[in-house]
Amino acid sequence: MKCLFVTVGTTSFDDLIACVSAHDSLQIIKSLGYNRLILQIGRGTVVPEPFSTESFTLDVYRYKESLKEDLQKADLVISHAGAGSCLETLEKGKPLVVVINEKLMNNHQLELARQLHKEGHLFYCTCSTLPGLLQSMDLSTLKCYPPGQPEKFSAFLDKVVGLQK
Amino acid sequence: MVCVLVLAAAVGAVAVVLLFRLWVVLRPQDVTPRASLNLLVVAGSGGHTTEILRLVGSLSSAYSPRHYVIADTDEMSANKINSFELDQANRDYNTMCTQYSIHRIPRSREVQQSWLSTVFTTLHSMWLSFPLVHRVKPDLVLCNGPGTCIPICISALLLGILGVKKVIIVYVESICRVETLSMSGKILFHLSDHFIVQWPTLKEKYPKSVYLGRIV
Repeated sequence: MKCLFVTVGTTSFDDLIACVSAHDSLQIIKSLGYNRLILQIGRGTVVPEPFSTESFTLDVYRYKESLKEDLQKADLVISHAGAGSCLETLEKGKPLVVVINEKLMNNHQLELARQLHKEGHLFYCTCSTLPGLLQSMDLSTLKCYPPGQPEKFSAFLDKVVGLQK
Repeated sequence: MVCVLVLAAAVGAVAVVLLFRLWVVLRPQDVTPRASLNLLVVAGSGGHTTEILRLVGSLSSAYSPRHYVIADTDEMSANKINSFELDQANRDYNTMCTQYSIHRIPRSREVQQSWLSTVFTTLHSMWLSFPLVHRVKPDLVLCNGPGTCIPICISALLLGILGVKKVIIVYVESICRVETLSMSGKILFHLSDHFIVQWPTLKEKYPKSVYLGRIV
């Protein structure tokens, strides 16, 4: 079973959910060999109707205590550009496509997507270019993501607050 | 006429004293050795909380008690914090149960709220933040950018300005910020004791910041 997981974290990203569940997109997703699509829609107002046929299943939900399970079984993750969603996905070693929400003020999320793309860890696009990217991208070119090092933070903090042993 | 002049002079004098006190508080201080630290952590929505909990998770048990401040509408962060603290307690049998508490203040700014109305909602948050910070009297405030941190940090600064307590303010800019600082970052860059960025581009733009690489 090849699974595609779409997540918008704690935000609302109606354009992405609508785009991914549109008939044309579903055709593309099926043609790429996926037979399960899971939509985590957060605060969104677009709520696609879940369905299950012999060859394809669509699941829809708002939130879960932890997305670990759904990330684990995903073969591809499509996510909004939130740090939490991106980091959790990359740390699980899953291929990631980030979709930029053009309606966000300043769109600071674009900076992270662009940087991680520059380093070869993910692909990014907008809702309108997503279908094209899905068909043309080569997931094997993505590079492994080295995790962050919070121990450097604790060492620094211990020193500046006077806790150093 | 004379009364107005006297009043103006008094207000001016008070302003000068406050600014002088602010300068004293913001000056680099000597490090006081200590065995433990009363920590106040500001958690924000979504990724902010995830990032800050990763940072708090790397700290030793000397950072106790821990006070978390969240916006009153943010139940998700409350759940994340409770799970996190439970995990920490389960993992570390040697230390005694670390005390922690969760405090709620009104949100300073909703996502996409106009900046002008944000001034008023932030002032409202200040009204409730200051008594909280005054009651907790943390040694250290740790935050990473949600609007909620502005009234908390200003309250912590006020504690110093009023001579109640010097509070160390540590700001870690979110990993999302590669090339530009957030609005909170731009404000707190000038008001924090240690300002940490996670990408080299920001270190180049803000040489006084601290760069430790990616820490979340």
